[in-house]
Amino acid sequence: MSEAAPGPFVRLEGVAKRFGAAIAVDDVSLSIERGEFFALLGPSGCGKTTLLRMLAGFEEPDRGRILLDGTDVAGVPPYARPTNMMFQSYALFPHMSVAENVGFGLRQERLPRATIEARVAAMLDLVQLRPLAARKPQQLSGGERQRVALARALAREPKLLLLDEPLAALDRKLREETRLELVRIQHRVGVTFLMVTHDQEEAMATASRIAVMSRGRVVQVGAPAEIYERPSCRFVADFIGGVNLFEGRVSEVRAGTLVVDCPELGLRLAVAEACAPLGMAVAVAVRPERIELSAAPSATPNRMSGTVTEVSYRGEASSVNVALANGRIVRVTLPNTGRTGGPRVTGGDAVWLGWAVDAGVLLTS
Amino acid sequence: MSSKSWGRRAVIAAPYLWLGLFALVPLAIVLKISLAESVLGIPPYGPLIDMSGGTPTWVGTLENYQRLISDSLYARAYLSSILYAAGTTGLCLLLGYPMAYAIARAPKAWRVTLLMMVILPFWTSFLLRVYAWIGLLKGNGFINNALVWLGLVGEPLPLLNNSFSVFVGLVYGYLPFMVLPLYAQLEKLDPGLLEAAADLGSRPWRAFLSVTLPLSLPGIAAGSLLVFIPAVGEFVIPELLGGPDTLMIGKVLWDEFFNNRDWPAASAVAVALLALLALPMALIRRHIAEEPS
Repeated sequence: MSEAAPGPFVRLEGVAKRFGAAIAVDDVSLSIERGEFFALLGPSGCGKTTLLRMLAGFEEPDRGRILLDGTDVAGVPPYARPTNMMFQSYALFPHMSVAENVGFGLRQERLPRATIEARVAAMLDLVQLRPLAARKPQQLSGGERQRVALARALAREPKLLLLDEPLAALDRKLREETRLELVRIQHRVGVTFLMVTHDQEEAMATASRIAVMSRGRVVQVGAPAEIYERPSCRFVADFIGGVNLFEGRVSEVRAGTLVVDCPELGLRLAVAEACAPLGMAVAVAVRPERIELSAAPSATPNRMSGTVTEVSYRGEASSVNVALANGRIVRVTLPNTGRTGGPRVTGGDAVWLGWAVDAGVLLTS
Repeated sequence: MSSKSWGRRAVIAAPYLWLGLFALVPLAIVLKISLAESVLGIPPYGPLIDMSGGTPTWVGTLENYQRLISDSLYARAYLSSILYAAGTTGLCLLLGYPMAYAIARAPKAWRVTLLMMVILPFWTSFLLRVYAWIGLLKGNGFINNALVWLGLVGEPLPLLNNSFSVFVGLVYGYLPFMVLPLYAQLEKLDPGLLEAAADLGSRPWRAFLSVTLPLSLPGIAAGSLLVFIPAVGEFVIPELLGGPDTLMIGKVLWDEFFNNRDWPAASAVAVALLALLALPMALIRRHIAEEPS
């Protein structure tokens, strides 16, 4: 390990990459600190995997610079980079045992045999695969293969571990267990993790910071709660979790509160802690779980009546669709607090919806 | 018994029937002839069991096989054939591996065309193509004329009727049989594995040795068998391109059969050749069976 260089650990400056006419990555600048668990989140085709492959050295950027620990890595081939990658397909060598797979990177450095064996054993302990060391990859389950891939990528003590959709091939239950395991391992080894994922839940559960990408650009960077509670634009609000977006124009600017005239609701919505010029076209984003559902109108100015059209039971909560008088559907999440009875409402119920002035977020782009 | 399972049995039986009729029965006939005595007549071999005395008497002989051992010509011919075949296999592997690799890594749209180019020579008669090599290699042939005209050599090189021309012919003739199985194997190779090797610090050449090469072993084995086995018994190429001292078992067999009209000796040569070939084949097959796919 070299001396820590000043500045961020990983820095991307105006990185761009196109494949033929298709723009994969368009002017991305990002900074990742040492020891972070950073996630690149976006729908497929947003350029996140290309960005990861540029860091690994499989692709070279057309424009911009990539600095790793203060060093420009342009032109450095993958085998000479201080990064290691965990591939989405795992890319385990089928003709090698688990131990040989994990030790592959160490053998490339021509380390003494005893050193390699000790390091492989430590890695297998880390991912709890010691008893399976002699197996071949095809004799393992999906979850075991995933852990071999992780151990192999960590064995060389990379400065930066790149994870390409590391949990995508696992079934749901295993995925949820494994993502906690990933965070635990990251804490133990202290390596900077950069993960690519299309699953917002996965990114929020593991990463300390998230960069949301869309069409080759980074649209927002922040901690999971920040991205969820303060999305910077309609795309982020919609991509991260469920959201109701109400389009309108700013009709009144008061101290601390802003009023949006919302023709599709026939209502004026109040939004706290927002700032936008009078007359601007904006959207008000309200998370389904922030909307109160009641039989009588509440005291908030953001209230409306409607009819329940659909209730879907999800276990810990129910999703309720409420149709307003003009046909607009509003999504509401209702926690299922009691053990009996299930959701409190059924289809056809006339209800009131309402949310506090600080529950909505104003989106200007 | 349902008609479906009868159909399945018929399908399974077909290749066995084919093998039995066209491989086992002829082999048994050759084996029988190899144990008989050579006679003047039609057919030019005697019976194995003499019924003339009323009681059946065994009149077969192992003499033909004893001659294979006592006359050093046969041993030299077998050895020389195996060396030619082994050399051809090695050269085909050296030439064919990069070809197969390049085709497997070429853009998908190109692969069919490139494979067609490998197979294209089969559209012309093998004999004609070997004759064409005579035209290329002979003293006043195309290659020598070009070399002399360019002033690279003073007088024509002895390119024909020696072991060089035999190797040229063998490698030329059998190269596709090496390229095709190698291509099939290399095409299946996940390029992600090479990326993983590079990512783990492996330079391209080491990644090739530790990932590509071991994973293409079944293709190497299949291609080598397809080249080695027919090359050992090859007759046309040494006959047309070889010289007076080119010794190959296929030629010896031909001479015994057609020039000496000694069917039993020719049959013994063939049976011994089969035994020689069956052994390495069984070994390689066992090796492939042990390899996990």
